[in-house]
Amino acid sequence: MKPVDFDYERPATLDAALKLLGREDLNAKPLAGSQSLGPMLNLRLVQPELLVDITAIPELASIREEKGFLVLGACVTHAALEDGGTPDPTRGVLARVAAGIAYRAVRNRGTVGGSLAHADPAADWVSVLAALGADVVVARTGGRRTVPAKDFIRGTFETALGPGELVVEIRIPALSANARWGYAKICRKAGEFSHATGVVLIDPARKFARAVIGAVSGPPIVVDDAKIAERDPGEAWVSALFAGTPLGDDAYQIRIHHVALKRAIAEARAP
Amino acid sequence: MAEGMGVGAAVRRREDERLLKGRGRFTGDIALVGMKDIALVRSPLAHARIRAIRVPPEHQGAVFTWADLAKGGVKPIRAVSGLPGFKISDQPPLADGKVRFVGEPVAACVGRTRAEAEDIAALVEIDFEELPVNADTLESARAPKSKIHDHWSDNLFLEADTVVGDIETIAASAPIKVSRQIRMARQCMVPLEGKGVVAVWERQAEQLTVHTSTQMPHIVRQGLAECLGVDQGLIRVIAPDVGGGFGWKGLLQAEEVIAAWLARALDHPVRWTEDRREHLVAAANAREHRYDITAYADATGRLLGLDARVLVDAGAYSAYPFSACLEVGQVGSILPGPYDFAHYRCHAVSVCTNKPPIVPYRGVARTGVCFAIEQIMDAIAGAVGREPHEVRLLNLVPPEKMPFVNVTKKHFDSGDYPESMRRAVAAIDLAGIRKRQKKGEADGRRIGLGLAIYCEQAGHGTAVYHGWGIPMVPGHELAQARITPDGGIEIRVGLQSHGQSMETTLAQVAHQVLGVDISKIKVVHGDTGLTPFSTGTWGSRAAVMGGGAVAAACKVLVERATKIGAHLLQAKPGDAKFENGFVRAGLGHVPLAEIARVWYRAPQLLPSDVDPGGLDVTAGYKPKSDQGTFSYASHAVVVAVDTETGAVEILDYVVVEDAGVMLNPMVVEGQVLGGIAQGIGTALYEEVPFDAEGQPLASTFADYLVPGFPEIPPIRIVHMTTPSPLTEFGQKGIGEGGAIAPPAAICNAINDALKPLGATLTDTPMSPKRVFAAIAAAVPPVGGPTNGRRVTPLGVHSHDDSLAAGNKP
Repeated sequence: MKPVDFDYERPATLDAALKLLGREDLNAKPLAGSQSLGPMLNLRLVQPELLVDITAIPELASIREEKGFLVLGACVTHAALEDGGTPDPTRGVLARVAAGIAYRAVRNRGTVGGSLAHADPAADWVSVLAALGADVVVARTGGRRTVPAKDFIRGTFETALGPGELVVEIRIPALSANARWGYAKICRKAGEFSHATGVVLIDPARKFARAVIGAVSGPPIVVDDAKIAERDPGEAWVSALFAGTPLGDDAYQIRIHHVALKRAIAEARAP
Repeated sequence: MAEGMGVGAAVRRREDERLLKGRGRFTGDIALVGMKDIALVRSPLAHARIRAIRVPPEHQGAVFTWADLAKGGVKPIRAVSGLPGFKISDQPPLADGKVRFVGEPVAACVGRTRAEAEDIAALVEIDFEELPVNADTLESARAPKSKIHDHWSDNLFLEADTVVGDIETIAASAPIKVSRQIRMARQCMVPLEGKGVVAVWERQAEQLTVHTSTQMPHIVRQGLAECLGVDQGLIRVIAPDVGGGFGWKGLLQAEEVIAAWLARALDHPVRWTEDRREHLVAAANAREHRYDITAYADATGRLLGLDARVLVDAGAYSAYPFSACLEVGQVGSILPGPYDFAHYRCHAVSVCTNKPPIVPYRGVARTGVCFAIEQIMDAIAGAVGREPHEVRLLNLVPPEKMPFVNVTKKHFDSGDYPESMRRAVAAIDLAGIRKRQKKGEADGRRIGLGLAIYCEQAGHGTAVYHGWGIPMVPGHELAQARITPDGGIEIRVGLQSHGQSMETTLAQVAHQVLGVDISKIKVVHGDTGLTPFSTGTWGSRAAVMGGGAVAAACKVLVERATKIGAHLLQAKPGDAKFENGFVRAGLGHVPLAEIARVWYRAPQLLPSDVDPGGLDVTAGYKPKSDQGTFSYASHAVVVAVDTETGAVEILDYVVVEDAGVMLNPMVVEGQVLGGIAQGIGTALYEEVPFDAEGQPLASTFADYLVPGFPEIPPIRIVHMTTPSPLTEFGQKGIGEGGAIAPPAAICNAINDALKPLGATLTDTPMSPKRVFAAIAAAVPPVGGPTNGRRVTPLGVHSHDDSLAAGNKP
């Protein structure tokens, strides 16, 4: 369990990093917190020729507020959000979710952008950022574009990132003062990846109500429905959502995803 | 609790000074000049012939196969058993023409670093001819798809029958009959430190020094000498700090043979370090029992007879030295548990499959056996409509019958089993829990209470082991005790301490006899070059055997020192006595340090008839009977079951245990707590699943779940102290006990919680998915509650393949 031989660069600017990642003559991969990439390197599931460590780039570690948005640099760690002390227009969503990711040792190094780019459907941010209606800003040499978080994950370990592109920012819209939310995940033990995730967000002022069912076989299932928080839609509803997917015939998966959703709804409704 | 630092005192662990500061020295910390790393090419297939192994030309000389080892005189590992009908399997350290499990080593690659060695390993190509795989225990036993060892007639290592009394007559007449089909999953041991070995040929000493992460250095030396075809005197095995063993390090390993041979053949030091993936895929497998068990009882719940058919999935090879017979042998002999009944039949089969060999894991067969018998006791209680503890109290061997010879001729030495059960029931507050169950939980979960009791044969020796006919039979345990010239004490034992705290507890024993301050007592262990022979640390034997041997050696020192001291005091030897580090006669006394000074530095002052052996002795020890001590414990647990998701939370856990006289109560508690943590893993989390092609499906900790700190509840320990009449201080072996009962107690608690739904769990691990499936498949008792709509059970272990149909193909 040792990685293949690779080169390592730690550029100080985004331009330099994008230039390295854009090289077509070699297989380069960005390295942020290394909490998923590290094990994959050791298992030789990925065998890059070059690792581009993006943690020395100041703008990727920044957190700022901007016209109704919170903008997280891709390299902001889960621990930074857990610990607070930064602006949080999400009414506590970020700190609560961050605090429940894996173990503190992982949270100290693991990053929001890295988690998204890794695209494990069971990862917390994959579901939560979709629920929040966040956007993912990706960059390559000579260009930037924005992808809605709910469309960023295309499948298990698959993203909308093109060749040479890097996640640079996550833009999270501020919630209204009377917005409510709920978050639940089903794990067998503390720190484990989720087996079923439910997120509910209701923001009446923005006429926004959304449920996300995550930790599924691909991108999270996003349901915009004003009535979502009024009542538990029932296990049959989840079963219908799963029809035709790899989880469609799995009564246990249907059950725990329904329970996660139900718990998220209950939390969002709680006074 | 005793004051001071002798037997019974809760002396703090001396080894923690280095271990807790990260300053231990494990095999991974050993760096030798010129050392290279080994990476192994392991089989990706569970059963295949090897047509060819291709090594890239540029790496010839860095890759070694069985052909190289065989040419070098290496012999396969062979762990025989003398039990009638046992079939012998040779395990070549590198595959010889055939692979029999995924992960079996095929070639050894040597590089300057492990990464480089892995690079080379990735380039080795093996041309396989795939063979039909026997991944399933039942199938391999009854309808094998192929023969795993070509010269065998079937895939069975051993079939063993134990028959006592007349079970048929009981079966025909008993008013109560209950049956269960029970399965304990295959597990992996996952000590914090994996295996590791550093081998070096030392020219000056003409010695092959093998530093290895082992529990039994002397047995490894014996096995290495047999496999390498060299004299044992040529080999020194050193176990440095060892980060947990649990049985995985209680055997000779293929990798030890490979590294030892390579070190000599290549004339430079080599190292192999097991990584976690190798560990989870190819090694340290354990448990995997299937029981088809029927109990007969009278209408009050008095157990009349027990009839069982058991399969143990032993994997592909017989591990050295315990062999593929130990686990089934144990099953047959200890399934009756701590109960008193007369009619018993057990047909136990050790099945060969295309999976890694199973090796004895903390508790060995006792954990599976306890899981089976304790479920059956609850079933009897259910059938006669009594509380589970009441039925147990009816059947446990009562204290007035101690010492007691049970139905399988086990010699229970002492104890009050029923009292332990009564105390557990009181401590867990059975009455309170029953009330709470009637009321229901505010959060909708169901709570349940589960009990389990076992007795643990430990420190058993020649009387038990010679019958197995395996490569190792423990006899007298040896210890060396030496008074140093400045009056300190050195204790040397061939045991190995890897969490048992022997550097502390054996020093306490020496202090008890010699009275020397514990800070001046040094315990040396785990090195064949420095210590007398021992079969090592396994079978919960170190406190009984090592404690006895150290005391025996120290007592000889007392005799010799007393004689010298008497002479110095100008007294007759008979008038002097040894007390607390001094020889006293009349009004005079002389300290041990002065006696040491005289022996070493002023021998002119010694008596003319002084024992020429001096202040340096080796003594051997056996208990009065080496049938083993029987510690025992009752476990009581309360769980909450989320019937929606199948999640189980442990709310309360009580252990009432009897270790006899505790050498160090803090160490006993540590052993109990650590064992329970592993038992909780067995109960709720751990399983190495295989697909039909024998591919292991849990190759990382993402898939192989072990309980972490948050999953271990607070555990309350209640001590009882019934001295063993057999041992030096009355101590009993308890090292494995904590890991024995939790699966049974937790299973019974879950079933108690689910009783109103008519759901029953019988298999480990009792994962949320299995609990969910059991609820989904349940038929609620008449008048009982329902649990919503029925759904198709998934992932539930199918029980239509009853073992009662016969184990033979």
